[in-house]
Amino acid sequence: MPELYEQTAAELSALLDAGEVSSKEIMSAFLSRIDSVESKVRSFNSFDREDALKQAEAADARRSQGAVKGPLDGIPVALKDVIAVKDQPLTASSKILKDFVSPYDAHVTELLKEQGAVLFGRLNLDEFAMGSSTENSGFQRTCNPWDLERIPGGSSGGSAAAISALEAPLTLGSDTGGSIRQPASLCGCVGMKPTYGLVSRYGLIAFASSLDQIGPFAKSVEDAAILLQGIVGHDRRDSTSIKMEIPDYRAALTTDKKWRLGVPKEYFGEGLDPEVRAAIDAAIKSYEAMGHEIVEVSLPTTDLAVPVYYILAPAEASSNLSRYDGIRYGHRSAEAKDAIDVYYKSRAEGFGPEVKRRIILGSYVLSSGYYDAYYLKAQKARTIIRNDFNAAFEQCDALLTPTSPTAAFKAGEKADDPLSMYLSDIFTINVNLAGLPGISVPCGFTSGGLPIGLQIIGKAFQEAEMMAIAHAYEKQHDWSKRTPAL
Amino acid sequence: MAHTEIDIDKVAKLARLDLTDEEKQTYSAQLGQVLEHMEKLNALDLDDVEPTAHSFPLSNVLDEDVDEPGFTPEEALRNAPAQRENQVVVPKVVE
Repeated sequence: MPELYEQTAAELSALLDAGEVSSKEIMSAFLSRIDSVESKVRSFNSFDREDALKQAEAADARRSQGAVKGPLDGIPVALKDVIAVKDQPLTASSKILKDFVSPYDAHVTELLKEQGAVLFGRLNLDEFAMGSSTENSGFQRTCNPWDLERIPGGSSGGSAAAISALEAPLTLGSDTGGSIRQPASLCGCVGMKPTYGLVSRYGLIAFASSLDQIGPFAKSVEDAAILLQGIVGHDRRDSTSIKMEIPDYRAALTTDKKWRLGVPKEYFGEGLDPEVRAAIDAAIKSYEAMGHEIVEVSLPTTDLAVPVYYILAPAEASSNLSRYDGIRYGHRSAEAKDAIDVYYKSRAEGFGPEVKRRIILGSYVLSSGYYDAYYLKAQKARTIIRNDFNAAFEQCDALLTPTSPTAAFKAGEKADDPLSMYLSDIFTINVNLAGLPGISVPCGFTSGGLPIGLQIIGKAFQEAEMMAIAHAYEKQHDWSKRTPAL
Repeated sequence: MAHTEIDIDKVAKLARLDLTDEEKQTYSAQLGQVLEHMEKLNALDLDDVEPTAHSFPLSNVLDEDVDEPGFTPEEALRNAPAQRENQVVVPKVVE
């Protein structure tokens, strides 16, 4: 039998149901795995060993009384350090929240607790989820488990690295412009961003509120479906939360349906690494061989992604981050001369360079005289981007694209060049601007042994179909089953 | 939209953010480059396009007006940098 930490959540859940292992044994297996690899990977900002084992024991006690709460009961789930868990640290990997302890649970946390999941660990990220490499963390650099000199992607770098380093069977991340899908692609795991409004943002530290969504990371599409099922549902505390009938995502994975899959030609132009292109082409051929129809479609607004996103997201961020003023919570400067100076100095000391850069950019595009030229124009361009996807979806059920134009790059390579870092999200951003669901599944490796991800973009609220399409590909290949040597 | 020179002091003041001279120089240069990239938007004909604030706009999301338990003062003040008698302490505002 493989080690417990090597198994998927679905497999672990079956072992629990069969009475072959206890939740405590599972949690202990992951904790000792963390002990042996965490010094190399550094996925976690912190984790509470005793609390995790206590939750696992409680799950075992429930099970012995026949009160199992579902497939997540007793399964460890680690969370990106932007999702609130009552009485646990919540830092957004920012010095400004270094000692913050969350006074309440996020909606997703409440749901997962109700289902008996063992919530443990705070996973590293780019400070306030701003970045594509997790190098912007105020605390530490997370390493790509496939090559420790390379970045794991970002901003949910810790969430992706923890899955591929086998430190957790399931993790949650958040995705504002690709922050789940891009690190999943670069670390060789499955990462999924739900449609905007499907998962409540209550208790998620806000970056760009009109784009942020929480979503699952996992070793397989089936596991991602199980975790998604556990976090969806209407929440009155998020005014953008949608009321709808929720399908059974896991059951929907198995189907004989033949789909029409669109390939947007703009995603295969300049800047796409030839090895990534070859892997995506092979994946498209694989769908064709399975009997699905491939159609070429056009998304002419593809190259508007970066200009539109880097107006809207920093604008929203500069507003959201104005709450960190050193008064009621967070870091307060000891150097401040007066009350107003508390704002200036606490923010200067607490925020890192990328966050400052985006606050400045956001304040600039919202400032008097520039609002129409930048912010309003970007909102209008967002409409065109959305219309583009609507037109493409008249010809197909889902879109197949690369997740990232390149495999994982070396740490430090883009750190001093914000624009080139921003351009690494070129294939994921528009999905957020249009509010659509997207998933990245492993689809090959470069000659240097780095994972490559296939992005599948679904229609709004059609996660079930999108994941069935991903699952159909996944079961034809063994990419998801490969693990890095650590 | 031809302005790619940022008045960095003005913007830093709007954002209530102290910047060192070195930061001002670096951010001005980097943001100038980013803003140049945004010139792409000028090529679009957007006159008759409605702006999108949210992908799936919901309007008039209302909630029952009922009171419910909130934080205790201790919980609310747990993360305060300085506190006294159930209140947040700040530097003197008026002389």
